Amino acid sequence: MTIAIEVADLVVHRGSRPVLHGLTCAIEAGSITGLLGPSGSGKTTLMRAVVGVQVVRSGTVTVLGHPAGHTALRRQIGYLTQAPSVYADLTVRENARYFASLYGLGAADADAAVRDVGLAGAARQLVGDLSGGQRSRASLACAIVSKPKVLILDEPTVGQDPVLRDELWAQFRGLAEAGSTVLVSSHVMDEANRCDRLLLIREGLLIADDTPAAVKAAAGTDDLDQAFLTLIRRREAVPA
Amino acid sequence: MILLHTTGRILRQLRHDRRTVAMLVAVPTLLLTLLYYMFDGQGMVFDHLALVMLGVFPFIIMFLITSIAMLRERTTGTLERLLTTPLRKTDLLFGYGLAFGLAAALQAAVASALAYLLLGLDTQGSPGLVIMIAVANAVLGMALGLLASAFAKTEFQAVQFMPVVAIPQLLLCGLFVPREAMAGWLEAVSSALPLTYAVEALQEVGAHTDATGTMWRDFAVVVGAVLVALLAAAATLRRRTP
Repeated sequence: MTIAIEVADLVVHRGSRPVLHGLTCAIEAGSITGLLGPSGSGKTTLMRAVVGVQVVRSGTVTVLGHPAGHTALRRQIGYLTQAPSVYADLTVRENARYFASLYGLGAADADAAVRDVGLAGAARQLVGDLSGGQRSRASLACAIVSKPKVLILDEPTVGQDPVLRDELWAQFRGLAEAGSTVLVSSHVMDEANRCDRLLLIREGLLIADDTPAAVKAAAGTDDLDQAFLTLIRRREAVPA
Repeated sequence: MILLHTTGRILRQLRHDRRTVAMLVAVPTLLLTLLYYMFDGQGMVFDHLALVMLGVFPFIIMFLITSIAMLRERTTGTLERLLTTPLRKTDLLFGYGLAFGLAAALQAAVASALAYLLLGLDTQGSPGLVIMIAVANAVLGMALGLLASAFAKTEFQAVQFMPVVAIPQLLLCGLFVPREAMAGWLEAVSSALPLTYAVEALQEVGAHTDATGTMWRDFAVVVGAVLVALLAAAATLRRRTP
């Protein structure tokens, strides 16, 4: 097994507040890893650290053998932020074509990415005129346009209808099968079952790092929500 | 290549905002017309003021537009995203410079055409030099706007940098009080402000048939100020943030 992302003893403070307290994990190449946890647990901070945009206090993050944020990684990483970061005053197609151009790709690749996120019909619309879910997909198109080796997706399916959500997960699976390493955050537990592996985090600490089946088995339940709860309670009962 | 794609993207954003484009072109011409009627029959005064205003309008307008545009890049997350791609900081900064420089050239050309052809503006030197200096001024406003956006968290704050950055330069550039008549310390401050040189360069074009050495020196000072502001702005583009 090849490790694509390796996080060791990562400590991050945002403002005066510690967000991650010495987190360690490894993510296998070509897999989909779900990053689960409640809002404020440190999911976004961990993703930002992997992308290399987060100032870290200590610890290391290694991506494809380079320290996170290394110049060589900029061609190989795709990042979808939680709030859609696309230009509201450009059309969907113009956004995708601009981000494609940053990787030296042309209009055909951009249009394919727009189709992949189900926005072909809205390609000529200004992003500012789209619904929240469509805007988020426009942003996703710009993240996947370069077919990155490492794809970091912060809550990509929020506000999407179930059919689209299913199609988006099929896309992520396709990318992983083609060799991309996908890290997806979510707080929807039913999506967790689609991941190869899960990282459960709460208050900046890793609570579980295993396959969905193993997480459920360890907690002795078939319901991931319940499993998460059990693992938290078990942890709190045993002082560290 | 990324630089040109970025320039194209910024121009495309402008194109979708027709009202902004209309105002970019129309506002300076309307203000010049106002000036014309204010000094009706006092051709010398109008020549003096209109010439300086051809340089000042693009400076102020581009400062405002750029500081808001860059603030939007910061607050909507597009800047953070761009900095995770192969784009270099200079691609972005010079992309803005080229795009808004082109917009400024259009603005200056229309305003100058109106001033010379309809309002009877009279300068000894060539209108081409006036446009050249106006574009340099616009790019100066743009570069300072990029820099100022780093110190604003909201649009409310960003627009208030306009009076902070532009008005002192306007007051001290020698338009209201001749620089020689200023108190020593004020003249020293005036000498440190780039707009002073832009205005002096325009006045040189107004008074001399051919481009003078002073004009070229002043022009070079403005270009130098642009480069310093861009370098400072580059330092505010952080790939990693807390």
